[in-house]
Amino acid sequence: MISVISDVKNILLVGVGGQGIVLAADVLSQVLVSAEYDVKMSEIHGMSQRGGSVNTMVRFGSKVFSPLIDKAKAEYILAFEQLEALRWSDYLKPGGVFIMNTQKIEPLPVLLGKARYPQNIDELIRGKGINLLAVDADSLAEEAGSKKAANIVLLGCLAALMPIDRGVWYAAIERRVPPKTVDINKRAFDIGYDLTSKPAFIV
Amino acid sequence: MKVLLSGNEAIAHGAYVAGVTMATGYPGTPSTEILETIVKYDEIEAAWAPNEKVALEVAIGASLAGSRALVTMKHVGLNVAADPLFTLAYTGVNGGLVIVSADDPGMHSSQNEQDNRNYAKAAKIPMLEPSDSQDAVLLIDEAFNISEIFDTPVILRTTTRVNHSKSLVEVDVERVRKEETYEKNPQKYVMIPAHAKSRREVVENRLNALSEFAEQFRGNRVEWGNRHIGFITSGVSYQYVKEAFPDASVLKLTMTYPLPRKLITDFIEQVEQAIVVEELDPFIEEQIKIWGLSVSGKRFIPAIGELNPDIIRGSLADKEDDALEESEALDIELPGRPPMLCPGCPHRGVLYTLNKLKLVVTGDIGCYTLGVLPPLEAMDTCICMGASIGNATGFQKATGRKDVVAVLGDSTFVHSGITPLIDAVYNRGFTTVIILDNRTTAMTGRQDHPGTGKTLKGYDGPPLDLEMIVRATGIQSVKVIDPYDLKVVKEAIKEETAKDEPSVIIFRRACLLVERPNTKPFMVTGACNGCKACVKLGCPAISWKEKRAQIDPEICSGCEVCVQVCKKDAVVEYAKVDRGAGI
Repeated sequence: MISVISDVKNILLVGVGGQGIVLAADVLSQVLVSAEYDVKMSEIHGMSQRGGSVNTMVRFGSKVFSPLIDKAKAEYILAFEQLEALRWSDYLKPGGVFIMNTQKIEPLPVLLGKARYPQNIDELIRGKGINLLAVDADSLAEEAGSKKAANIVLLGCLAALMPIDRGVWYAAIERRVPPKTVDINKRAFDIGYDLTSKPAFIV
Repeated sequence: MKVLLSGNEAIAHGAYVAGVTMATGYPGTPSTEILETIVKYDEIEAAWAPNEKVALEVAIGASLAGSRALVTMKHVGLNVAADPLFTLAYTGVNGGLVIVSADDPGMHSSQNEQDNRNYAKAAKIPMLEPSDSQDAVLLIDEAFNISEIFDTPVILRTTTRVNHSKSLVEVDVERVRKEETYEKNPQKYVMIPAHAKSRREVVENRLNALSEFAEQFRGNRVEWGNRHIGFITSGVSYQYVKEAFPDASVLKLTMTYPLPRKLITDFIEQVEQAIVVEELDPFIEEQIKIWGLSVSGKRFIPAIGELNPDIIRGSLADKEDDALEESEALDIELPGRPPMLCPGCPHRGVLYTLNKLKLVVTGDIGCYTLGVLPPLEAMDTCICMGASIGNATGFQKATGRKDVVAVLGDSTFVHSGITPLIDAVYNRGFTTVIILDNRTTAMTGRQDHPGTGKTLKGYDGPPLDLEMIVRATGIQSVKVIDPYDLKVVKEAIKEETAKDEPSVIIFRRACLLVERPNTKPFMVTGACNGCKACVKLGCPAISWKEKRAQIDPEICSGCEVCVQVCKKDAVVEYAKVDRGAGI
């Protein structure tokens, strides 16, 4: 009996409904398809659209079965919001890459003053022995021309750490974002890419 | 060419390739995107029906005329369509007819997690279950062939993880062309008892023939591996089993009703231990046990919620191994992130008022159901589509109380709110029915419906006149009110609930995701005394910081509902404040 050793890699994208996570995951998945991987991606629509917690799971390799990522199995986590980063931090594989946007979106219990938004989330995550890259993607996206491109800044951060040509990413962005925003999104992608391709960030 | 498609996109593509000419359904997570994708094919007549029963009846008509017809709905939708379904099983079809039932294990967006595989058994019709998008494309084609060869409707049962997961699909396939012919055949299609009795025999014989077919069906297949454990599985559970136990032997079933007895028996005989892995009910397991075969399943595998590879591994692991899997838990409790009504949602002011008036509110299915959560807490019930009105009538009749209102949306009212309103009038109820008319089916992603007049294909027709429908039931008092005007909202509700007759208030304003008025954001000034009145609206734009309210101008829609609840006039238009002067 031949035991198949899986080469499947897992990327978890988490955040809040409305942050452009599905779009980022679409671009990412398209890039992985272009790079000739087998790809599966799982997302949940519906109630989560109304400002709820959102997660999208992307898996790629020579053959992918489950569309879901198990706990402590994600090679990469891309968190679009701090509280969601903390909520999903158990999904990172030891030694995995964790990229977190520093944006905070307060959930209803916090808005109502019934719960506190956790302080020093970056320290809490690092305290688990995680090598966290905290990125102010909203400000960087504004530099690129629109705060709305924060999702693509984060994608750029991830892209620089993956063995796929930059051109493949550009092509996928061009295909997926509204035509008028292609330039802004490419600039946003570059800003993210250049940030994590610096030697200091290489994990 | 291989492309990445969701299960729903794959079903739409597969239906196109299979030559479907009629596709109909009612929106419901996780099924909605099937019709939203299929609408792009000019060759297919795609339509949103007012409800799932009508959708299936339209599809039956198309099938009778010789067309291939697809019907889509979420699992609870099949409850609504069950009436035609059970007799359709007797009449059979002319053109192929396939019903997609999108189940929601784990209840991501549903009020229950019923296992619709039971419908196939109860209606005695075949059922196929895809495990990913490629499967979905192949099975739609198989489903139509089975439907026509065996003269039966077929259920394609999916689950959320199949509908909403994307995987690679081979799409270079040509569309099947089918001749459409109709021959009158009352013995087959008119189910008076005399005809139905002979069709009853047909149904049973058909099931036997389908059982034979299931043995040879290419979708049911064994993947041999290690024979210590043999897994019998279907749908997305197959993917989880392959992930968790890549070396085990697996019998993958894609036709899960009727089941292939010989194939299953042979498989079980060739493995040391056979385990059925299926989400929700022990549907496959029970059938195998009825045959007297040795198999286990729910003894290990949970019957509640979704499965995943970890759960399957954990269920079958020895107790000692379990401890290893536990990861370190954080010692702080994280605030949850429940879904919320959008900033400026027209439902908010009405729900806020219902809470203030301390009324008993029988609720319904839609965005407004979120009004059950704090701080609005304005809902006492939510059962199923259209249930609010009957619930209110019953509650009132049982108690004699007038402080009871039914709340439902426009699309829900059209779906199944009209008959209970007729009942309320006919049976001398005195309920007040509130229709939150936001001109769309908002929760499922803003689909049009008869109340908007616009069809799925984009044609503009006459919008259903809700006031006239309401009056036609015999309701004398119908008010149409802008829900942004809190004073009028409150007065109307007080006035109508005081009456000894049934009445209807239509709160009409378009969902902000459909039609966004050009309004300016507001902010809170130093006049705020921290009374929290605005915070109690549960608006995502309003937060409570250092004993004062704050408005996030980036998401404020300018609906001015909070302006009306503020007793200190501390909420003002952002642009009109001189922020440099210090406030």
